[in-house]
Amino acid sequence: MIHHPILRTFAVTALAVALLAPAPSAAITPEERGLEIARERDRRDLGFSDFTAELVMTLRNSHGEQSVRSLSSSTLEQETDGDKSLVVFDSPKDIDGTALLTFSHKTGDDDQWLYLPALKRVKRISSSNKSGPFVGSEFAYEDISSQEVEEYTYKYLRDDQLDGRDVFVIEQYPTDPKSGYTRQIVWLDQDEYRVWKVDFHDRKDAPLKTLTYSGYQQYLDKHWRPDRMEMVNHQTGKSTVLDWTAYTFRTGLQDADFNRATLARAR
Amino acid sequence: MPTSIARPSRERADRAPSLAKLLAVAASSLLPLPGAAAIEVGGYAALEGRVFAEDPSFAGQSDDAVVSLVIEPELYRESDDGDSSFLFKPFARIDSVDSDRTHFDVRELYWRRSAPAWELLIGVSKVFWGVTESQHLVDIVNQTDLIENPDGEDKLGQPMVKLSLIRDWGIVDVFALPGFRERTFPGVEGRLRAPLPVADDPIYESSAEDTHLDWAVRWSHVLGPLDIGISHFSGTSREPRLILDPTFAPSKAAPAEPNGGVARGGLSPGSALLPLYEQIDQTGLDLQGTFGSWLLKLEAISRSGQLDRFAATTAGFEYTFWGVFDSNIDLGAVVEHLWDERGERGPSPFQDDLFVGSRLAFNDTQDTQILAGAILDRESDANLFLIEASRRLGSSWVIEAELRGFSGLPPTDPLAALRTDDYFQVSIQRHF
Repeated sequence: MIHHPILRTFAVTALAVALLAPAPSAAITPEERGLEIARERDRRDLGFSDFTAELVMTLRNSHGEQSVRSLSSSTLEQETDGDKSLVVFDSPKDIDGTALLTFSHKTGDDDQWLYLPALKRVKRISSSNKSGPFVGSEFAYEDISSQEVEEYTYKYLRDDQLDGRDVFVIEQYPTDPKSGYTRQIVWLDQDEYRVWKVDFHDRKDAPLKTLTYSGYQQYLDKHWRPDRMEMVNHQTGKSTVLDWTAYTFRTGLQDADFNRATLARAR
Repeated sequence: MPTSIARPSRERADRAPSLAKLLAVAASSLLPLPGAAAIEVGGYAALEGRVFAEDPSFAGQSDDAVVSLVIEPELYRESDDGDSSFLFKPFARIDSVDSDRTHFDVRELYWRRSAPAWELLIGVSKVFWGVTESQHLVDIVNQTDLIENPDGEDKLGQPMVKLSLIRDWGIVDVFALPGFRERTFPGVEGRLRAPLPVADDPIYESSAEDTHLDWAVRWSHVLGPLDIGISHFSGTSREPRLILDPTFAPSKAAPAEPNGGVARGGLSPGSALLPLYEQIDQTGLDLQGTFGSWLLKLEAISRSGQLDRFAATTAGFEYTFWGVFDSNIDLGAVVEHLWDERGERGPSPFQDDLFVGSRLAFNDTQDTQILAGAILDRESDANLFLIEASRRLGSSWVIEAELRGFSGLPPTDPLAALRTDDYFQVSIQRHF
């Protein structure tokens, strides 16, 4: 599930691309308009085929104490289903070589296997823990998993400005009852459909977390990825920063690079 | 019964150099990695203390607290394309009490070549088969390094040639296993042992002794929510039967107990137990179904070669409550039934037992975890219990504590000898 975040948002869907026209007709409801924007955002990242990247996670508590994790990730796009991904931890050193293989699905739970290098054991694990924290961070599993358009319903709120950019503001509502959120408010720019900010509301609809993206770069003249994502938890004062480096697209990864055997030898 | 029991030759020392030879061969395999990247160094060192709640039961056992130093470095190198790799992982423990527990092992030392559809590994390595938590019936390739911990989870490196075929219909691993590793047992001074120490002088059914070539094969596959593995092993049993040393007790040259259980009581001083390693065939099945928060698990084996053919199973489930107490803590409940066809007269202490355990994962930045469990004998008052806790300190230290106890063991229980060996252990590890 870990794979690429929110970045890789909203995967494949029906190519309802015809609706892409920027001018919504007066007849369209806010829900339809929200879905339209989500689909367009998804469509604009189609066809990346695969990419690898390095990630450093910096976790801070309310006293400013920090701990760091580093990992590398590989992601393979699937035409008719959610993506496949492989994540390998490099630090902290006691989990060096621990690896997670995920086959995400558009609907239903993902398939996940964990590799524990000390035991040399590949373990199929439950993936129904959507709202739990990923390696002690402020990112929940559902925040970092491959996101599919089908996983939410939508509502367009308004056009606005954020840091001098023209943005759409939409609300999305998780369809999975196991989600830790009632809703998320998403700011994405009108030019490139890049997400700049997300406000998360918990199950009681209280403001929980804010995620901000920065340092977007474009790869293959098409795919935008941020260099940094910062999640702040308003209820605990904790935060987690993800710093992405070494994005490489179309590395030639295939389905054969994502199975229990490659999981056990990943480093 | 084995028809011919080969006496152990006493030239074990002559065979010892084979390890050194193996090391040399593998070290030279560092060379054939064209365009290899720099060597990555990792591993850990640990300081461990273990105290026992009661005085020892048997002559020769030390009453002292145990202090141990462990080191397990790791050297890894791979070719630039990542298709070839080399790993060397030695292990050493220095123990303040038990000279047998001071030991060295090559956990891994191999060269591996991988391609999308196959993988070849030559050298010393470790594999794990299975899905259950309370015991690992199916897992048979590696010998247990029992002197490390009575839970048997630690394994000795096994020399092997392993070929894996990775296909749409599953993964097939074929193993040729030259060279047998003897199980390690606590020495005379050590706790957690039978009334008699196990002599360093095994008996083999095969005249090839510890050079018998063993074979194993396993097919594993994923079918939707099911992970399935079917395996077969043919060769020297990793699990010995313990018999009285005929040198010391000539009248008892036969196994101390017909079922091969640990001998107890009425033994002349100075006698010892000898491990008897027979030739066996074992077929195994491991199956896990993953349904939401439920994991349903089954391991089953059928083994021939040690008296009558027998079957044994572990079956149960794990259910996880996510985010309990309105926190980030996950609580996993594990229940498994352990069954052995040989019943109470067999050597397995788990002939009809229930394992009940819980796992608390705090999901905090320090990865705090607590595992508590008990194995309850359904036919007696025998209980084994265990609490393990671990937590990371800073970025490269880990502290672990372990409490293990044995209660209500009737004198006939295969683990009866451990009844005064409840212990508490703390270890601090530095990872690098």
